[in-house]
Amino acid sequence: MSRFRKWGLAGSAFVAIASFAIASPNQPAKTEPTERGKPRVGRVATPDEVRAWDIDVRPDGLGLPAGRGTVSAGQAIYDAQCASCHGDFGEAIGRWPVLAGGQGTLEADRPEKTIGSYWPYLSTVYDYVRRAMPFGNARSLSDDDVYALTAYLLYLNDIVDDENFELSKETFTSVKLPNEPNFIDDDRVREPYYADKSPPCMNDCKPGKAAIKMHAAVLDVTPEAGDKGETPKSGIE
Amino acid sequence: MTLDQARSVPSRRALLKGGLLGAAAAAVGASSARAASGESVITEVQDWNRYPGDGVDARPYGKPSQFEADVVRRNVPWLTSDPISSVNFTPLHELDGIITPSGLCFERHHAGIAEIEPGSHRLMINGLVDQPLVFTMADLKRFPRENRVYFLECAANSGMEWRGAQLNGCQFTHGMVHCVMYTGVRLKHLLDEAGVKSSAKWLLAEGADASAMTRSIPLEKALDDCMVAFGMNGEALRPEQGYPLRLVVPGWEGNMWVKWLRRLEIGDQPWEQREETSKYTDLLANGKARRFTWVMDVKSVITNPSPQAPITHGKGPLVLTGLAWSGNGTISRVDVSIDGGRNWKTARIDGPSLPLALHRFYYEFDWDGSELFLQSRAVDEKGFVQPTKDQLRSARGPNSIYHNNGIQTWYVGTNGVIENVEIS
Ligand code: HEC
Repeated sequence: MSRFRKWGLAGSAFVAIASFAIASPNQPAKTEPTERGKPRVGRVATPDEVRAWDIDVRPDGLGLPAGRGTVSAGQAIYDAQCASCHGDFGEAIGRWPVLAGGQGTLEADRPEKTIGSYWPYLSTVYDYVRRAMPFGNARSLSDDDVYALTAYLLYLNDIVDDENFELSKETFTSVKLPNEPNFIDDDRVREPYYADKSPPCMNDCKPGKAAIKMHAAVLDVTPEAGDKGETPKSGIE
Repeated sequence: MTLDQARSVPSRRALLKGGLLGAAAAAVGASSARAASGESVITEVQDWNRYPGDGVDARPYGKPSQFEADVVRRNVPWLTSDPISSVNFTPLHELDGIITPSGLCFERHHAGIAEIEPGSHRLMINGLVDQPLVFTMADLKRFPRENRVYFLECAANSGMEWRGAQLNGCQFTHGMVHCVMYTGVRLKHLLDEAGVKSSAKWLLAEGADASAMTRSIPLEKALDDCMVAFGMNGEALRPEQGYPLRLVVPGWEGNMWVKWLRRLEIGDQPWEQREETSKYTDLLANGKARRFTWVMDVKSVITNPSPQAPITHGKGPLVLTGLAWSGNGTISRVDVSIDGGRNWKTARIDGPSLPLALHRFYYEFDWDGSELFLQSRAVDEKGFVQPTKDQLRSARGPNSIYHNNGIQTWYVGTNGVIENVEIS
C-alpha cells in the first residue's frame, strides 16, 4: 500500500492536480460537460445534491468549506453543546469519549487515545464533528461553528495556546497533529506465527499439564447470574 | 381460542365440546387406575396431542417457539455509555450450522437504528467519475443480482480479552460475528455506470444514519468482490443491519460494511475518517499504531460446550462443536484439544465450506468426567494458523483492542460447569 502513503513533496503536487480533478464533480454542469450519454439506469446527480451530501474533508484540505472560527468562539459553543458529555476540558463525563489529554501515554499500560495524543490528522476532527456531533443533533452546526470547535479542541489539547488563534479554510492545513508519524502500514503477515506457515504441532506440543493462570474477571455478563464481577477499565471502542 | 371464532363450523364446535368433556372423564379414570411406569409425557395424553393449536392466520410472520425465548442477542451495559452507540452479541452457543438467523445477528450502531422508508432512500456515486449518479432502490434492482454467503466480524470481536479472560460466555467473547446469505449487486456494475476516472484509487462509503458512518476502501477491493446488498437470508435486510441497503466487504472488518448506505465517493487518496484513525487502528506496545488493518484473520471458537452451555448429561458421548472463519478464504482444517493444547485431533467440518463464510466443525468423544481444557485452532486455505493469545500479546502488547483472533480456552470442571480461562 506504500503508493498511497506518499504525503511528502511529491504527494503535494499530486494532490494539487487531484484537487482540481475532484473538485469538478461539485459543479459538473458548469465546468465539465459529460462525455457520457444518459445513464441506462439511475440519473445524473445535480450539483446541489452532491454539495448537500459530499461534506467529507481530507488531510490535504480537500472538501473544507469556506469559513473561520477562533478558540474563544469555540469555547462558548463547546461549553453549551459538548461539555455535558465530553467534560469541560475534554476529560469526559463517565464513559463518554475523552477528547483531550493523554499525551505521552501511548506506550503506557493504560494509554489514553485522544485528538492530541493519538489522532493523526486535524481534518478528521473537522469532518467528524460536522457529520456526527453533537451526538443526538448531528448536522446542526454551521461551518464556522465547526472551525471554532476544531480550534478549541486544539487548545484543549495544548496544540495551540492562544485564545485568539483562528482556524480557517486558508490556515487549516498548516496545523499538524503530533502523532501523525506514528502510524504504520499493516504488517501483520510478518509476525512470526503468520510468517511461519509450517503445519502446526499435533502431539506433545507443550510440556506438563495445563494449569489455570487466570479466570474470567467478569462473571456477571448474563442477566441471570449474580453480581460477582468487577467492571473492567476499558469498554469497546 | 381460534376454534371458537366465528369461522369454526357448528359441528366442529360441538365436537370440541365433546372432546373437553371426554378429557375430564379420562383424567378421573386415569387417577383411579394404577400409575403407568415411565415418563408422563409418554404415558399421559398431552394437551398438544388432544387440542388443535393456532390456525394459519395467527402467525403471519413466524417467530421462534416461545420455549426459545432465551435465544436472544445480549449486551454488556457497562461497555458503553449509551445503548444508541453500543453493541450486542450473537448467541453463538444457541446456534448450529453456518447461517445466522437474521434476528440474531449482532448489532453495532453508532447512532441507533435508522428507520428509512425505501422510497426515500437514494444511493449517490460522486467524485472521480465521468458523471455523478443517483439510484433509487428500484434502480438498483435493475442491475444483475448475486447471492453470496459471507461472515461479518467486528474488528473489536474478542477485544475485551486482550488483557486476559474477561467475559464468561462465547456470546460475549466471540459474538460480534454473523454469517448470512446476501442478495445484491456487485459494486463494479454501479461504478461502471458512473464511469470511474483513471486517477481513481479509493472509494469512500457513507451511511445515511445520524453517525453518517464513513470508511475509505481501496478501489481494487471495491471492484473485486464488494456488493451493495438489499437482501439477507432471502428477505429484505433487517433495519438493524442497514435496511434498505448496506455495503458488503467480504472478509474485511465489519465496520467497513457501511449500513444504510447512501453514498459512494471515488477519490485518489484515503479520507482518513474517524473510523480509520481514532478507531480501527491497532496500537502496538512501542506506541506505533497499525492502520488499514482490513482483513479479518483466521479464527475459531468452540461454541458448545461453553460457559453459557455447560455439560449437563454427565460422562459418555459428547458432541463438541464450534465455528471457524478467515478473511483469507476457506478454512482448510480445524484442530481440537481437550488438554489445553498439549495434543490435538482434527475436527470434522460439516456443511458447506464457502470462502469468507463461517465453517461449522464437530468433534465427538466420550467424556470421562475429568477436568478438560478445550481449545480449537483453525488453519485457512492460505496456510495461516490461528495463533495463541500469548503469541499475539508478545507481538503487539495488550492495547491493540482490535483483531484478537487468539485461541480460546474453556475450562470444564468435573461437574460440567465451564469457565473462560487462560492457561499455562
Ligand atoms: C450526548 C453526549 C454528547 C454530546 C453532547 C457531544 N458528544 Fe461528541 N461523542 C459522543 C459519543 C457517544 C461519541 C462516540 C460516538 C460513536 O460511538 O461513534 C462522541 C464522539 C466524539 C468525538 C470523537 C471521539 C473519538 O475519540 O473518536 C469528537 C471529536 C466529539 N465527539 C466532539 C464533540 C463536539 C465538538 C461536541 C459539541 C458540538 C460533542 N462531541 C457533543 C457523545 C456526545
